[in-house]
Amino acid sequence: MSSIELPAAAKQAQRTPPVVKTRKPLSTRWISALTLAALLLVWWLVTAAGWIEPLFLPSPADILAKGWTLLTQGYMDASLWQHLGASLGRIGLALVAATLTAIPVGLAIGYNRVARGILDPLIEFYRPIPPLAYLPLIVIWCGIGELSKVLLIYLAIFAPIAIATATGVRTVDPAKLRAAQSLGATRAQLIRHVILPSALPDILTGIRIGLGVGWSTLVAAELIAATSGLGFMVQSAAQFLVTDVVVLGILLIALIAFALEMGLRALQRKLVPWHGQSH
Amino acid sequence: MALLELERISAQYPGATTPVLADINLSLGPRQLLVALGPSGSGKTSLLNLIAGFVAPSGGRISLDGAPVQGPSAERGVVFQDDALLPWQDVLGNVAFGLELAGVPRAQREAKAREMLALVDLAGFGERRIWQLSGGQKQRVGLARALAADPRVLLMDEPFGALDAFTREQMQELLLQVWQRTAKPVFLITHDIEEAVFLATELVLLAPNPGRVVERLQLDFGQRYAAGESARAIKSDPRFIETREHVLARVFSQRQESA
Repeated sequence: MSSIELPAAAKQAQRTPPVVKTRKPLSTRWISALTLAALLLVWWLVTAAGWIEPLFLPSPADILAKGWTLLTQGYMDASLWQHLGASLGRIGLALVAATLTAIPVGLAIGYNRVARGILDPLIEFYRPIPPLAYLPLIVIWCGIGELSKVLLIYLAIFAPIAIATATGVRTVDPAKLRAAQSLGATRAQLIRHVILPSALPDILTGIRIGLGVGWSTLVAAELIAATSGLGFMVQSAAQFLVTDVVVLGILLIALIAFALEMGLRALQRKLVPWHGQSH
Repeated sequence: MALLELERISAQYPGATTPVLADINLSLGPRQLLVALGPSGSGKTSLLNLIAGFVAPSGGRISLDGAPVQGPSAERGVVFQDDALLPWQDVLGNVAFGLELAGVPRAQREAKAREMLALVDLAGFGERRIWQLSGGQKQRVGLARALAADPRVLLMDEPFGALDAFTREQMQELLLQVWQRTAKPVFLITHDIEEAVFLATELVLLAPNPGRVVERLQLDFGQRYAAGESARAIKSDPRFIETREHVLARVFSQRQESA
């Protein structure tokens, strides 16, 4: 009997560790990557099959080829690098100026009652106005040169940084201020050692928001009045129905905005590692 | 000779009808551990804020070494209930912060900070970040920070109130050891009766509406611990239990009077 049962038992034992198919769920990053890939595939498919005229949507390969020509030969008397440089130069200059002025102003608003009374309504008055609405006035005052474009972006970036700084200053933990005071901190030391570091996460968030607003304002301003820059490139290409340059320009504008956002997030992680930690 | 003196102190919030504190007289001498015990609303936090100089009294006089107290100063070190440490500095930077504010050179202030960390049993924790510490460790860093600035008196605002029971007992013992070794006069407020009886050389019981002193006790349980007796032996001593129950009864009788 046992000789009959044994193979059966052995068979059973062989079967017992069932092959469990543990499929790891896709990570969110992979889902995003797949979506992007699918979109590109659809784009390639509809253009390769000739369902859409290249005038309306050129194929991905054409765009890449055009990108190469733009890099080597340029567009409208200027290479792609020059257009890129013009746009980045404007936003860089405006960002530096805005950061240097908006942080002290935000500090003053958050720290001093009189400064808040003077500056808060001014900022709250101009902040909701779309920058393009006051661009004509700036052009009348400052001409159509670089200054008016940089000034426009500066104003767009200034408000978010100043407001974020003021919020950061106002929400400083009073216990930390008292702790520093009972260790002998002077007013200036309080600002330098407690208030500014406390507000830093908010300041960086303000810069992130400001940079986003500034970038869209810049491109819009270049669409209206400029002879160089990515916005100008897209606008003038559209007038001649050079769709591949238009699409390429839009993609570049998106890519740069994305890179700026990612860069600032990395900076935030590096500069304020305590942010979001319970402490 | 008293170091810190409070004479006929009263405090009132603007617009309030009953004062927060009325006619408080206290003195803190060298090697003393003065504990103010009271239920919430008895004005003990206000009392500490007055001594620290965060708020000014509406009447009376506070003096340290005969000089009137005006505003916060490094002479009166404070340990807060929620640690109030600076997360952008590491542990060493936090402990050395008071010395940095005073302009002490880096090497010197870091040496002092390491010495203070060793005093609170945190040697080797200097490079940790604040958010990597447990609640008890944070309070020890807060204590080391206050001591590193070498204050004349140490003020402690319910320092162990947010800790679990086990950690609280450890911290009480650590405080007594530190108090014994540094010989700093300490003023501590708490609502934990056993903690107050165990730590205090002098215990003042506060009652609310208005905040006032209703009883003063001279105690020696903390000194007995410092002299080498075990904490458990002290806390199970009939005299300790009797004192604790007496204080408890006083707190409840005050409640009934005011109710």
